[in-house]
Amino acid sequence: MADTTVTKIAEPVSSAAMRRQMLREFWFYFSENRGAVLGLVIFVALVIVAIFASFIAPHSPFEQYRDFALLPPAWAEGGNPSYLLGTDPVGRDILSRLIYGAQYSLFIGVFVTTLSLTGGIVVGLIAGYYRGWIDTVIMRLMDIILAFPSLLLALVLVAILGPSLTNGMIAIALTLQPHFVRLTRAAVMAEKSRDYVTAARLAGAGPLRLMFRTILPNCTAPLIVQATLSFSNAILDAAALGFLGMGAQPPAPEWGTMLAEAREFILRAWWVVTFPGVAILVTVLAINLMGDGLRDALDPKLKRS
Amino acid sequence: MFGFLLRRIAVLIPTFIGVSIIAFSFIRLLPGDPVALLSGERVMSPERHAQISAQLGLDRPLVVQYFDYLGGVLTGDFGSSIVSKKPILDQFWALFPATVELSFCAIVIAVALGIPAGVIAAIKRGSIFDQGLMGIALVGYSMPIFWWGLLLIILFSGTLQWFPVSGRISLMFFFPPVTGFMLIDSLLSGQKGAFASAISHLALPSIVLATIPLAVIARQTRSAMLEVLSEDYVRTARAKGLSPFRVVGIHALRNAMIPVITTIGLQIGVMLAGAILTETIFSWPGIGKWMVDSVFRRDYAVIQGGLLLIAAIIMFVNLIVDLLYGLINPRIRH
Repeated sequence: MADTTVTKIAEPVSSAAMRRQMLREFWFYFSENRGAVLGLVIFVALVIVAIFASFIAPHSPFEQYRDFALLPPAWAEGGNPSYLLGTDPVGRDILSRLIYGAQYSLFIGVFVTTLSLTGGIVVGLIAGYYRGWIDTVIMRLMDIILAFPSLLLALVLVAILGPSLTNGMIAIALTLQPHFVRLTRAAVMAEKSRDYVTAARLAGAGPLRLMFRTILPNCTAPLIVQATLSFSNAILDAAALGFLGMGAQPPAPEWGTMLAEAREFILRAWWVVTFPGVAILVTVLAINLMGDGLRDALDPKLKRS
Repeated sequence: MFGFLLRRIAVLIPTFIGVSIIAFSFIRLLPGDPVALLSGERVMSPERHAQISAQLGLDRPLVVQYFDYLGGVLTGDFGSSIVSKKPILDQFWALFPATVELSFCAIVIAVALGIPAGVIAAIKRGSIFDQGLMGIALVGYSMPIFWWGLLLIILFSGTLQWFPVSGRISLMFFFPPVTGFMLIDSLLSGQKGAFASAISHLALPSIVLATIPLAVIARQTRSAMLEVLSEDYVRTARAKGLSPFRVVGIHALRNAMIPVITTIGLQIGVMLAGAILTETIFSWPGIGKWMVDSVFRRDYAVIQGGLLLIAAIIMFVNLIVDLLYGLINPRIRH
């Protein structure tokens, strides 16, 4: 980034051109990481599957074909080609349920990440910008949240609010938020004493403008990496809550809930347990691969320039 | 060092008070009447209601109730379970050794495999070993462990029949708990095969619980080693002609361990309490399963007490890690 500003200083650069340049540079480092690109491809494919679920899925995710209960996958002995990955104990098509389940998982990831990211940024900006007692109070509150294991806290919150996917997502967002608060606060504290912030303040920018327009854009790199991590954590935790019966409720085709329903059949029908787990693993793995790539591409320390 | 210790403890006090307020207000946040929730009686006459309310102290101002609760907690009185009527602390101490035993085995597996894997990956940076090991680590890190546990059960308990599905020891053996740790108790009992049975019951749950910490430790060790290996003093050590083993094993690894130890410590705290999923899958009678069961039984008194105890343990473990960290790395003491 440093040499772009130096070489282009002769002629004024529009911010759009600057942004394009930065994006190009980012893509250069990101695309060097084969794993990250693979993760991105899988993730885009999942988004497409989720959006077009109703066109792709061969069956309804709720329709119970009672005559075909616990059918093995098509390639196994006794399989039926119209139920590619077999059927569950009440005869629902597993492939169709998995396809619709992608909607749940991606929605959970987006919702939880947005919630904890926005909340964390606002609280972290306030703590890092104002410091003093307000900072102390906020950081102690975050310590308190972090003193509980996240899944336990989510489980107890859901026990209070009642088991449902919405409550589960709110609970998970709350447990993920302190990480964003800490990151934002640390970044704001580092940036606040820089000259450009002082210049903006002297130019008459108010605290809100200083926080959100001047400082925040320069703190985004660690937040983006943390957001990817939260995305995959949210999917894992929501699936775990579903598995414990405290997340999405049956008959929702959420992957964790599917595993919970299939649990008693594990020794009789391996496919009802295997495929939902593979779906969770592949999704989380793809996002974590992207996260590693983002971290390497955004971390100036690791750039070999 | 003593001042450092006092400062660390001083920071913990407000956090502990906050945690206790959360645990205290938890029951009052629940929809419904706290008297009914805490007594477990759904239908009662107004007189009975007033009697229980007075008995549980719920008719007094909230602040008084809180300090009463805090006083009880500090003297070891966490209340009694709504379902079994047993004191919560007694139940906790009966179940805690099972969780400690499981977590201990898991952390041993995670450290014994994770650190060498990270070191090898760092030394052979960019090689097939590095990519393979880090690929496996990322898969482990992304693993939904409740599913991983089920898979291992299908393979090792179902198909191969090598390990049992659940519990801590075969029902063939019976002996009174001495320490609460099955590995030790089975040895003390002197019964033939008891120890082997305890080990085979521990194997799968430990592997499942170790999976994520193992991946985290391997990744952390690799990046810490990479950082240290590019330092000047490592180059000096190499230039002096020290053997690669000495350079890596003594000079580099020691300093690389500083961040890794923090990671391990944080993982211990999370594991002690976070064995929720593993214990549920394997019906392991520890505190994680206890909490899940209590949520399902709506045993709010146990959830309240367990929440506070678990948070206290995590805070305690983190304090120990901080102190160890201060011992290894004197720079942060000030």
